[in-house]
This record gives sequence, structure tokens and C-alpha cells, in this order.
Amino acid sequence: MHELPVTESILNVVLKHARANGVKKVVAIHLEIGELSDLENEWIQRYFDYLSKNTLAEGAKLKIKRTPVVMECRSCETRFKVNIKDMFEIKCPKCGSSDCTMVSGKEYYIKSMEAV
Amino acid sequence: MMDDIKLIEVKEEIFSDNKQLADGLRQRLARNKTYLLNVMASPGAGKTSLILRTIDLLKDDFSIGVIEADIDSMVDSKKVATHGVKAVQIRTGGFCHLDAAMVTKGLDAMDLGGLDLIIIENVGNLVCPAEFDTGAVKNTMILSVPEGDDKPLKYPLMFTVSQALIVNKVDYLKTEDFDMEALKNRALGLNPGLDIFEVSCKTGQGIDKWVDWLRKEVKAFVT
Ligand SMILES: Nc1nc2c(ncn2[C@@H]2O[C@H](COP(=O)(O)OP(=O)(O)O)[C@@H](O)[C@H]2O)c(=O)[nH]1
Ligand SMILES: [Mg+2]
Ligand SMILES: [Zn+2]
Repeated sequence: MHELPVTESILNVVLKHARANGVKKVVAIHLEIGELSDLENEWIQRYFDYLSKNTLAEGAKLKIKRTPVVMECRSCETRFKVNIKDMFEIKCPKCGSSDCTMVSGKEYYIKSMEAV
Repeated sequence: MMDDIKLIEVKEEIFSDNKQLADGLRQRLARNKTYLLNVMASPGAGKTSLILRTIDLLKDDFSIGVIEADIDSMVDSKKVATHGVKAVQIRTGGFCHLDAAMVTKGLDAMDLGGLDLIIIENVGNLVCPAEFDTGAVKNTMILSVPEGDDKPLKYPLMFTVSQALIVNKVDYLKTEDFDMEALKNRALGLNPGLDIFEVSCKTGQGIDKWVDWLRKEVKAFVT
């Protein structure tokens, strides 16, 4: 649904770094997107192809790593991965507490890019 | 000859621009002692109804403004203005959410000076608004009973970025198959710190508890 603004933001950040590094062409972009985001990888790429026409990033491939949802127990500090489907019954596997905070799963991160 | 491919570290949040703008906005509002509340929900969940109810109970305590982003054009901001507060309509141009830049425009169209509380009615949508920091102090989401108790499973992010959850249209509880306990467990599982209020904007049930929460929030912020 909101792939378009997301893609615009990615392109803006990438072009900024492309210019700063004086590259000729961006060939790939490495992204880390949390599993909690329901962005469709395929759509991001399609929007990107469309928006990046006639820019330094035209034709770049988006390599998207989905980072899992990880929670941390507030009482015993155990960290554990959670399947999104089970997110409504979160329990610490060590002490059974359900008082946990999310430490990852919401990221929207541009890690690096490959360029010539 | 082929050019060598080089790896360039970027290490930036995709929404870093928006985040920066939102943080700046929060600072500006804090200096001005204006509390910004972001209200998010699906279309028809009761955002406008809740905002109007809230204004009626708080307008003697605070000077209030509203930023309207509901796509139903001017209808809502007119409704709000008849309740005696300043309202600004933002044209989102079909956008699925408000971002900090759009909110800044909305604020610029208001006289911020004397306002204690500004309420944003975000675009009706449970997905996109959750991703964009508006610069608000707190986020409130509304879930209405007819939407079902399984929404935390479908829209987990919205439940994790909100500090208050308002379950609206509880007057439908008798007729709808809605398990309030299950909903609460699901929502609290995602976000243990969530404050949950059961209300009906139709009958007025429960509105006072929500308004007490907001009154405390704003008082602590502006004094
Ligand atoms: N039965 C009932 N209807 C409500 C309640 N709150 C709002 N509505 C109705 O739901 C519809 C949508 O409300 P509105 O506030 O415009 O929703 P918005 O699209 O989120 O701004 C309107 O017809 C309201 O009168 C409620 O608590 N109970
Ligand atoms: Mg509305
Ligand atoms: Zn534990």
C-alpha cells in the first residue's frame, strides 16, 4: 500500500550517497526491512524501476533482507525470535513472563549499495 | 573493460528524512508547549466522532486545534470547526498517510501561539500511518468493534507504535461476535505498555476515562 513513498525515500537516500561518492551507476542496494512491515518486495522493486529511470540508480537491484521479530523479556532479559502469527501470545521461553519488549522487527534500513 | 564494483556503506534509515523532520517538529512544539496527538484508524472506525467528543470535554481546559487529513475533503474540518476549535484541512493528494512535512504545513496554516493541544486525524488506514512519524507526542489508534478482534494479527505494527488503544462502538458488543478479552491479550502481547479504553462515541460510554488520560497527558506537558 505504501510501497511508493517507501521507494521514494530509498531512492533519495541512495542518490544522495551516489553523488557524494561520485559513482557512475548504482547496481545494487542492500536493505534490511523488519518482518513486521508488510511491504511486498516485488512491488518495491517495480516502483523503484519506475522512479529511478534516468537517474544514477536506474536498473539497480534491491536486495532485501527481512529481519525477524525479536523480543526481549523484561524480567530475565532473554531474547527470542517470534513468528508473526504467534505475536499475540508472546511468552518468554525461559521464565514464561509475557512482559516483553520488541528489539527488532520494525527496521527500515539501507545498509549499503554496490556501485561502479 | 568492466569497472570494478565497489561497496558503499549507507547505514541510513529509509525514513531518516521524515524522522529528522518529525524530531525537529517535536522540539518546536515542546518549546511552544503544544501537545500533538496523532489519531489513527481505519476509515469509519470513529476518528472524527472521537475527536468531536474529546473536544467537547476538553475545550474548557485547553485551547485546541485539529489537523484533518481524512480524504473526505472538507466535510470533517467543517464538522470540527462547528465545535468551536481551529481546524486545518490538509490535502494529502490521495496519499495513504500523513508525514512530518505535511503536518508541518498544517501547523504553519494555524496560529500555533496559544494552542495547548493539537489533534491530528490521520488518513483512514491501519498500515501506512504506522510507518510515518508525524512529530506527535503520542499516537492513539481506534479499533471499532465491527472490525473484529483479530486486527492485532493483521496490523501488528499499528498496535506497537500506539500508546493508547481506543476500542470504539462498544454499543455493538451485544450484536457482534467480538471477544474483548482476546483483543486485549493480543494487543498487550504486541505492546504491554498500551493503555486500552472501551468507548462508544454514540452513547458516550467510557469517553470520560479516555479524556481523563488525555487531560493528564496534556496538563503534564504544558505546565
Ligand atoms: N453505533 C456506533 N456508531 C458510531 C460510533 N462512533 C462512530 N459511529 C458512526 O460510525 C461512522 C463513522 O464515524 P466517523 O467518526 O466519521 O469515522 P472516521 O472515518 O474514522 O472519522 C459514523 O456514521 C458514526 O456516526 C459508536 O460508538 N457507535
Ligand atoms: Mg473522519
Ligand atoms: Zn524471561
